Amino acid sequence: MAIFVNSDTRVIVQGMTGRSGTFYTDQAARYAPCYVGGVRPGKGGSRHLDLPVFNSVKEAMTETGANASLVIVPAPHAGDAMIEAIEAGIGVVVCVTERIPQHDMSRVKAALQTSDTTLIGPNSQGILTPGQCKIGVMPTRLAMPGRIGIASRSASLTSEIVGQCTKAGLGQSTTVGIGGDTLHGLNFVDCLKRFRDDDDTDAVVLIGEIGGRDEEDAAAYLASVDYGKPVVALIVGRYAPRGRQMGHAGTLSVLGGRSAQDKIANMRDAGATIASNADDVVAAVKRAQGAT
Amino acid sequence: MMLSENQSKELLRQYGVSIPEGRLAHTPDEAERLSKDITARKYVVKAQIEAGGRGLAGGIKFAATPSAVASAARALLNSTLVTDQTAAAGETVHSVYVEAAIDIAKNYYVAISFDPKSGQPMLLASAAGGVEFEQLTRMDETAVKVHLLDTAERASDKLGAFLKDVGIEDPQAIETVENTYTAFRENDLTLVEINPFVQTSDGKWMAVDAKVALDRNASFRRPEFDSMVSNTGLSPNEAEAQKHNINFVQLAGNIGVVTNGAGLGLATNDMITDAGGKPANFMDIRTTARSFDVARGVELLLSDPQVQVLLLNIHGGGMTAADTVAEGVNFAYSRAKRKLPVVAHLAGHNAEWGISILRDRNVPVEIFDTMSGAITRVVEIAGTGRAR
Repeated sequence: MAIFVNSDTRVIVQGMTGRSGTFYTDQAARYAPCYVGGVRPGKGGSRHLDLPVFNSVKEAMTETGANASLVIVPAPHAGDAMIEAIEAGIGVVVCVTERIPQHDMSRVKAALQTSDTTLIGPNSQGILTPGQCKIGVMPTRLAMPGRIGIASRSASLTSEIVGQCTKAGLGQSTTVGIGGDTLHGLNFVDCLKRFRDDDDTDAVVLIGEIGGRDEEDAAAYLASVDYGKPVVALIVGRYAPRGRQMGHAGTLSVLGGRSAQDKIANMRDAGATIASNADDVVAAVKRAQGAT
Repeated sequence: MMLSENQSKELLRQYGVSIPEGRLAHTPDEAERLSKDITARKYVVKAQIEAGGRGLAGGIKFAATPSAVASAARALLNSTLVTDQTAAAGETVHSVYVEAAIDIAKNYYVAISFDPKSGQPMLLASAAGGVEFEQLTRMDETAVKVHLLDTAERASDKLGAFLKDVGIEDPQAIETVENTYTAFRENDLTLVEINPFVQTSDGKWMAVDAKVALDRNASFRRPEFDSMVSNTGLSPNEAEAQKHNINFVQLAGNIGVVTNGAGLGLATNDMITDAGGKPANFMDIRTTARSFDVARGVELLLSDPQVQVLLLNIHGGGMTAADTVAEGVNFAYSRAKRKLPVVAHLAGHNAEWGISILRDRNVPVEIFDTMSGAITRVVEIAGTGRAR
């Protein structure tokens, strides 16, 4: 089953004809044949990468039965592209675009409030169910089908961990990036709930970092349920100086942009197994699986 | 992108928020001269640094006369302030803001930002504003109250009821908050914080300190942003890296770190520090960076006399293939006089290709299969892990 995407998912790409759109659509479509078309206003009726191009998401959905969209639209128009997909009622929207203004994301989140669409991202590497479907920009060579679910905020660190897992024989059910921005769609709690209900997932790895409150919310959720599956948490940024933004966005200090240590303590108290560093995740999964 | 105190206040003033009369000065003489233009019975001299917490760190001084303003400015200028929000090394004071001291009847706290969960703008308010506010909220999160704002909220009953709940009932204060929200909406702000939001002893409402953050990501539709933030916070290296699609934060150690991705960068610095080493920087090469951008980032490290060795921890993916980074390192080394040793862990897309580029072009590199292996070695070379 995996979560959110599998071999039955039918994907369109908004922004497919651009430089990045072409590059990533080509890679993703070669990996798994889930791609059914693209959207580029004004280029409807043409073909690109041997896929049909449509003027709107609605038209693409009607013509192809698409139920997911990959948004690779430059930041100035990415907000509108997401809103178009949400209003068209598509099931899953994955946005990999980075540097989208917060005021635009505020409008996107308002559109989500009255819709059933799941937004993954923005500024996310996307979602990958190995061997079945890739909606995003992550490398796939080191990914392997299996039973570990991975949710994270950072692309390259996730790829590194995926590579280590595969090398140790731990394949992945689904790996998903919630994105590095303050305002994003899917969060860690959503991921944990889906993985809990997923028969193909035996254990979950959560890769968090300083800034934001997603890890705290995840810990509170874990503490509130009998989760039933081992959860391993890696939280990075233990030595980052306070008050400096390191790559991903932080948060208002009075709202408690918590330190990595606080987040680690929360996750440990909630019953997660803590990976002491990025090279300890595989061992931590084995510790956690041995303990249950 | 944080605006300085005087820029933040000037922006709010344009939206009808009252602020104390003030001037920015860079020397004690200038501070004294400008203070004579200010109508005041008493002055405040405020160190201009980016981090908060300066009040408790001695960064705010009162002065009764222009000559006392000069001595207060002399004490602050070029000093280093260490607050609970700066790095351990603190921040150097390059300018002071001289202001009319205000007779304060009561301090409040008001801020507008986005609620990460709902994505709605949210108003934060508290009746406990002032220099100790942030420490207070760290102990007691309930000291600040939160209200989600509608997209076009003005003079609404809900806003009034919320402010009344924290003890703000004066229509003039409510109007100031509404004006602040308008400034937030119309300028692509990600944060406005007024602390303290003051009721003066003669009943007026004023922003005695303010912090405004512009959304760097909105620069494409806000051409004025570039000139507004010409001198905020970023070190020359950080600003140069930013131009080349690299997020860079200067740190105090001697291991130059080259990584792609924020999470991988944080994870790498954690492991270096755990191993007893000290990173010279945090680096996140963004996916939009090309080889020449990477070369520029590497050159910044090679030209830093503190840096003794480079750690390359790259996971190729998407448009940042490992060979793109390796090419960048090679460009930098082909031009550099100072060729520091490199310890590298390359994985992911085109890792083998990247490794052969480094080896074939005679970059002085040692390659490791694991992050731990590379980090143990780089700390050994840097000598920070052991006495030397």
